[in-house]
Amino acid sequence: MSNMANLIWLQSGGCGGCSMSLLNAQSPNLLQSFKQNGIELLWHPSLSEACGREFLDLIEQIESGELGLDLLCLEGSIMRGPNGTGKFHLLGGTERPMMNVIASLSSHARHTVAVGSCAAFGGITMAGNNPGDACGLQFSGKEYGGLLSENWRDSTGLPIINIAGCPTHPNWVIETLIQIANNNLTRENLDEYQRPLSYTSQLVHHGCPRNEYYEYKASAEKPSDLGCLMEHLGCLGTQARADCNTRLWNGEGSCLRGGYACINCTAPEFEEPGHTFANTPKIAGIPIGLPTDMPKAWFVALASLAKAATPKRLKSNATSDHIRALPGEKHKHRI
Amino acid sequence: MSTERRILGPFNRVEGDLDIKVEVLDNRVQRAWVNAPLFRGFEQILSDKDPRDALVYTPRICGICSVSQSVAAATAIANAQGISPAPNGLLATNLILATENLADHLSHFYLFFMPDFARSGYQHKPWFESIADRFRAQQGSAAHQALEARSEFLNLTGILAGKWPHSLAIQPGGTTRSIQENELIRMLSIIRSMRYFLESVTFSDSLEALSCLQTQGDLENWQATHSNSDFARFLNVAKDLQLSHLGRTQNRFLSYGAYPMGETTLFPAGIWDNGPEMLDQQNILEDVSSSWLTGAISEHPYKGSTVIDEQMRNGYSWCKAPRYDGRVLEVGALARQMVAGHPLIRDLVNHNGASVYTRVVARLLEIALLIPQMEQWLAQIKTGDAFCESQTIPDEAQGAGLVEAARGSLGHWLVIKKGRIFNYQIVAPTTWNFSPRDHQDQAGALEQALVGIEIVDNIENTLSIQHVIRSFDPCMVCTVH
Repeated sequence: MSNMANLIWLQSGGCGGCSMSLLNAQSPNLLQSFKQNGIELLWHPSLSEACGREFLDLIEQIESGELGLDLLCLEGSIMRGPNGTGKFHLLGGTERPMMNVIASLSSHARHTVAVGSCAAFGGITMAGNNPGDACGLQFSGKEYGGLLSENWRDSTGLPIINIAGCPTHPNWVIETLIQIANNNLTRENLDEYQRPLSYTSQLVHHGCPRNEYYEYKASAEKPSDLGCLMEHLGCLGTQARADCNTRLWNGEGSCLRGGYACINCTAPEFEEPGHTFANTPKIAGIPIGLPTDMPKAWFVALASLAKAATPKRLKSNATSDHIRALPGEKHKHRI
Repeated sequence: MSTERRILGPFNRVEGDLDIKVEVLDNRVQRAWVNAPLFRGFEQILSDKDPRDALVYTPRICGICSVSQSVAAATAIANAQGISPAPNGLLATNLILATENLADHLSHFYLFFMPDFARSGYQHKPWFESIADRFRAQQGSAAHQALEARSEFLNLTGILAGKWPHSLAIQPGGTTRSIQENELIRMLSIIRSMRYFLESVTFSDSLEALSCLQTQGDLENWQATHSNSDFARFLNVAKDLQLSHLGRTQNRFLSYGAYPMGETTLFPAGIWDNGPEMLDQQNILEDVSSSWLTGAISEHPYKGSTVIDEQMRNGYSWCKAPRYDGRVLEVGALARQMVAGHPLIRDLVNHNGASVYTRVVARLLEIALLIPQMEQWLAQIKTGDAFCESQTIPDEAQGAGLVEAARGSLGHWLVIKKGRIFNYQIVAPTTWNFSPRDHQDQAGALEQALVGIEIVDNIENTLSIQHVIRSFDPCMVCTVH
């Protein structure tokens, strides 16, 4: 690639939240980050001056081959309905279904990136009975069957790069784009759903501040309790592939730090868990979804052992919204 | 001269998708039709879900009003449950919502609205060079500063809500994150840091001094003595381009009331139509005569439905047309401050009506009003007290959640049967402002505001159209949902 890699960012059937999250980038800010890493933002819906005709001209230039496009980012699902016409999303100012624009530009772009779980897999827009007939760029849920075929590859041999998440962390996006712009991203850097391993080689459980509660099965019973959210409140952090509790969001945050369950938003089909999001489904008192790679018998054995060994401090704090009992023999009770 | 019809779009620096048809005669816009060209179907998605799942789905209607959607959903559920949030939870919710609203106002001013004055169409203006250096999209000095101030300010949500956007922290009974003393100190420093940015860069003046301006004369005097501020830069451009004459509506306003504080709200609820009226949400009807939808022409949201017409036969938008007692109302910061009776805003509307100018002034005034209020809410949090009340879902109930997003009034109407969602209807701020025509052929607020605009050079380059559209700070993804 030349010195600068140019980038067009399109939005379709989504909420714009991945863009809003991207603007949260800190140290350095987003514009600075792109600038110093050789990414030229040719067009972005929230940031660019060009509007209307100027933008349509830009698309025409790319389609005619007059202008080379390095990076195409799509945010939001592909809207195929009604009846396969794509008319649920017509490109503003034209009568052209957005799904056709996306398919065309992806054939011209050197690399195509799905930003967010909607663009990757269909995401939230596919929930319920999927009223919009939404899908992702190359996937429809867990299976292939998106807008582009299973065998689709860009001119360098890469499939769609799925930066999944709802929303995406700004640095998942920025770091992946820089890696691509530097020609450093290969198929080996992507997982089975074509997500960058840079953040999906970890579990949300890693670095969770509630780990001690998890170890002793000291569980929260209602929202705002400090205990582990897995047993009762629907947390999927032990199965979810992302680094949310080591990378952190908006300074010091994460879903778990915010006191609510991980809903596994980087995974395909997270939008339909088959149960109320904030409730853990159980059979005979045992959560159906066990921690990744953990044999059930061992989980049950360890859980019952851990429950028997739970320190009083954890038992007391788990169902409180602030620390009641302090660590250490001498300072056991505070309030 | 013959009448010419043109389709304009797509418009960026608005959230989501928008195109507009205009009819031009003698170089003036005669009529306009606003179209929201994206349909996703959230109201269908929510059908038959556990009501609590609305807390996951509805924030994802919109990435820029995510918290407002959370608060509306949590309030609708609480209303159906007949519960009130824990006092600490209410304070935390106000803080989270104010953070989003203020960040949105800031993004609007610096990233979406002001860059249009740095476009080459204005290069002959004496103010062009300094405005372009400051506000040019991506490159102006303000873009970097504003992005950094905004993202640092949103770190408040990292503490209070885990993250932004798309948090599950806001619950019917309060918030999921209890706050400790050290975190109060940390959050106060973040708020003070935003105050510093505003007082040194945006206003070059104390927020309290700005909030005390009473009349148009006061504002003009202020402008003369604070010319180094971004707000005065806008006022200067606004005067030169006569933005107070641009983008007029009928001066009818709605606010659902924002930020509950005991029995009252910081900004009260009401209607303004040549004077104040009490708000009765029973008077809200959604009209689908110009939408690609079928079903009853006009229904209250509790009874409303969203049934698509796959052939897209009649109508010209996926958006419904909400009306209050048959009237077209404008929503947003201007409406909120009109209804709340802020003297400066009442005086400006008295002189200029609802216009591009008054909408932007109201938004910036609201920034100045919110920061001191946030400092007070923070001080009222009692660490050690509960943040969340427990909650159960009733089998049969209904509830409404009416809140104010940055860009205006957002309502959720929820009907629960057999413990599941029987009906869920959402009326978003831009559904009001950018509504299509109703069965009486009354044009929506933006459709009215575009009429009379003079076409300069050619229509694509007519920047006034863009100023009018963006002055509403539209959010199209919320509009149709």
